[in-house]
Amino acid sequence: MMEEVDVEPSPTLIPGAGFHQRHLGFEWGPGDLLVYETNYKLQGPKSAGSPFVHIVRKDEDICSPILRKLFNESHLIFVGLQKIKEDVPSKNKKTQFVSISKNYRSVIRACMEELQQNAVSAQEGTVASQYGDQVSILLAIELIWNLCEVLFIDASPAGSLLLHLLDWVRLHKSDVDSRAREVLQSESPTRHQAYWDVVISLVLQGRMDEARQVLSKQASLRAESSSVFRRMDLLLQNMPVFNPTGTQTLTEFDMKWRNWHEECDRSLQDNTFASNRHLETICKILVGDEDALLEQKELLSTWYHFLVTRLLFTHPSIKPPDLHYYAQSSMNMFLGPRASPEPLDIILLSAFEFDLHQVIKDCSIALNNWWFVAHLTDLLDHCKLLQSHNLHFGSNLREFLVLEYASGLFTHHSLWQLAVDYFDHCPEFGRVYLELQIERVPLDTERKAIKVLRICEDRQMSEQVRSICKIMAKRALRNNRLGSALSWSIRAKDAAFATLISERFLQDYSNKGFFTDLDLLDNLGPAMLLSDRLTFLGKYREFHRLYGENRFTEAARLLLSLMTAKIAPRSLWMTLLTDALPLLEQKEVIFSVDQTYELMSCLEELNSGTKEPKQTDQDDDIESTKTELLRLSLARNLAMAIVKEGTIET
Amino acid sequence: MFVAKSIAADHKDLIHDVSYDFHGRRMATCSSDQSVKVWDKGDDGEWHCTASWKTHSGSVWRVTWAHPEFGQVLASCSFDRTAAVWEEIVGESNDKQRGQSHWIKRTTLVDSRTSVTDVKFAPKHMGLMLTTCSADGVVRIYEAPDVMNLSQWSLQHEISCKLSCSCISWNPSSSRAHPPMIAVGSDDSNVTYSGKVQIYEYNENTRKYAKAETLMTVTDPVHDIAFAPNLGRSFHVLAIATKDVRIFKLIPLRRESANSSGPTKFEVQVMAQFDSHNSQVWRVSWNITSTLLASSGDDGCVRLWKANYMDNWKCTGILRGDGSPVNGSSGHTAALSTVGVPGAAQMVVGASSAGRKKAQLMPG
Repeated sequence: MMEEVDVEPSPTLIPGAGFHQRHLGFEWGPGDLLVYETNYKLQGPKSAGSPFVHIVRKDEDICSPILRKLFNESHLIFVGLQKIKEDVPSKNKKTQFVSISKNYRSVIRACMEELQQNAVSAQEGTVASQYGDQVSILLAIELIWNLCEVLFIDASPAGSLLLHLLDWVRLHKSDVDSRAREVLQSESPTRHQAYWDVVISLVLQGRMDEARQVLSKQASLRAESSSVFRRMDLLLQNMPVFNPTGTQTLTEFDMKWRNWHEECDRSLQDNTFASNRHLETICKILVGDEDALLEQKELLSTWYHFLVTRLLFTHPSIKPPDLHYYAQSSMNMFLGPRASPEPLDIILLSAFEFDLHQVIKDCSIALNNWWFVAHLTDLLDHCKLLQSHNLHFGSNLREFLVLEYASGLFTHHSLWQLAVDYFDHCPEFGRVYLELQIERVPLDTERKAIKVLRICEDRQMSEQVRSICKIMAKRALRNNRLGSALSWSIRAKDAAFATLISERFLQDYSNKGFFTDLDLLDNLGPAMLLSDRLTFLGKYREFHRLYGENRFTEAARLLLSLMTAKIAPRSLWMTLLTDALPLLEQKEVIFSVDQTYELMSCLEELNSGTKEPKQTDQDDDIESTKTELLRLSLARNLAMAIVKEGTIET
Repeated sequence: MFVAKSIAADHKDLIHDVSYDFHGRRMATCSSDQSVKVWDKGDDGEWHCTASWKTHSGSVWRVTWAHPEFGQVLASCSFDRTAAVWEEIVGESNDKQRGQSHWIKRTTLVDSRTSVTDVKFAPKHMGLMLTTCSADGVVRIYEAPDVMNLSQWSLQHEISCKLSCSCISWNPSSSRAHPPMIAVGSDDSNVTYSGKVQIYEYNENTRKYAKAETLMTVTDPVHDIAFAPNLGRSFHVLAIATKDVRIFKLIPLRRESANSSGPTKFEVQVMAQFDSHNSQVWRVSWNITSTLLASSGDDGCVRLWKANYMDNWKCTGILRGDGSPVNGSSGHTAALSTVGVPGAAQMVVGASSAGRKKAQLMPG
């Protein structure tokens, strides 16, 4: 069914390519496509070089700052719509859906107005025409949306249907109001050249009270024909209008309307208005004379205005299923047999035929804009309209369009954040799309990385979280920012990398004699347990802190435990023992007898181990001097500790 | 679509490959002029060449970036029978001032006896692994066991494909249900050897790659091959550039018994086939979410293909050279001064002569 028409898209031309070489190479980017001239056959003439790489983008409205407002505000409406609970009674839901639809439209209107202002104030002609183009696209979008709202979302029954269609026409043919104002404010309204145009336009839109008001200007001037004007005034006044909230039934209304219609017809038959051709024209319109209506083509301006006016004066209680017949015939009558309808006409016609799928399909092709189809389809899907129209792939269609729109947003440097919520509401592929897209967001700054990270963490995307942290850690290490590298690798829970960075820290310490990034090292907490080397680094720094705060006993205990609990790598034991020296040399005894014995055994264990072959004689000398010094210190401390402990006991 | 920007690449000969890095902020170009250039996107959105160096002693066919988890790492392959791994190091401060970065060669992989036609990093969940294929019909898989030391690479696997290899593609799926899988295409022009696409799968038990499938219906030379991102599906999608564009669906079949150690068997379906390029198709590639497939062919066009929600495929875009001999571009007149050095192409080993040598080396 509904096979897509296979029209080949018109090619985008790449400048300066296709003359020297016959092929185009390409490469996908996150938001664009790179294209370059090349030759895959590797035969034929020598290359004259292929000097250009071209960046090709889709023409997206995404870059327009005014449309950005449209994206931002519609995003809020979209998110609100997704939160409408299933358990709300369906009758209340309908009013909610209609109001959401109106919200979307008011965002479009606000955007349109802003664009219009910009178009007026734009200095440059091309810029102004760009704005103009965007306005006309938004106009069409709003027009289609409004019609869909009337036909599908509000789904007005016979009677109210026409009232809503009239509102629709009035809203989109609003130049009548400005012309009426102009006429009424002129010195002599009745002599204004647009006077009768205004009266007729108002009648065509069923605005009888306003028409009478304008008409009264004329009546008061012409005493001799005042009775004719009074007749017309009466006809206009008496035209029945269906009141959906009243007690009147549709049959009663129909009866009343038929009587009124006969009354108009009689006036025409007995030449009541023969003295005034304008009034006669109006009377012909009132009886729904098609030729008379078609004479007003200019004032009607569109076939769908003609359709609604025609229905107003011939079938005011039209039922939805009958609409398509009148729509088709009105279009044919208005445009003539040979005119080819524009895409907009076809889309509106499909709507009048209640062919939702065709509307969505044609809109996606004609408008080249996913914003509209994605949001409209989503709303229609919430209204459960896609199922009732026998589109069994309904939810797929919605998701397909929402995914397309959100993917487009992801190519923008800031709008991508909106896309996250759209992906969240696509049950089938949303998560996978988000995973693929979010890891490509450039992590330009730490702040941006944290922003991306939070989005992933909130959604338990553990692999993306790990990867982002890993990338940041790697980058920080490259730039020798050890603190940052360490905290990122802790976040990534990357033990191997944490070990590597811890080693760098220790190396750095042994070179400089002090630690950097104290804030981080002092506050590692349980994160320290990620890797043995990191644990050691954290504990070792803690030793330095205790020592600095003159908490010697605690410092001593910690230092010793680093060796006895095998937390410290053997290669660093000598450093640790050397660190013990100043504690041993304190006036007060710090290491107890037992602790001193343990230190001694550490020193002996270290010396009994195999020497590293690399060591030079000079290094050896330093080592043995250190050992001697330590032995001496330890022996002295042992003596003092025995004396001290013995003294206390007795 | 429209050309948003044109960058004067200033290579002295044909460009063979352009590669974006993972985040799309850097790109690398390689050429028959034996060099690789690296370009960085500035905060102003402009592209600046930050490094350009001679990489090989022959045409450089392909250049590719490792995942940024492994740092700033490039791999290139060449007609000179080698592949090479390059790492950017944070340079001296005066380098930075000049806006230049420094790339050093970490290794040269010399195992191939013929032109190395493709080079690809394996998906990152497998670690830092590099794959090459060559005209002698061998696919080689290397691994850097220590990601902090990129000068050590060990040759882990050698897969003999019997036919001259032109392209490789890893299945990007990281699902445990899918063992590592690589597809290899052959540009052997002898149509009597059918099945120009072979699929190899890693076997946990034997710790070897074994052939899982041969696409027997592909009988013409294959020039490029690309797995689509998996999207959490149970099946795999593979695009192939041959005399037309073909998209295959590979559906893994249930194993008869849990402990059977043989490779996965697949049901192979053709999802789509497009012959609008009229003749040979040279490249195929998917966008990030595999909603679009791009292909380049003998009609001089790049075509974009898209499936709708009912899996109907359609050409949604065409790019074509305007055929003008001027290497000009609108709005970028400043760039014109840097191109068109006369005689430059004659000074280096051109693509054309390289191509002829390749033809002689290749078995009939």
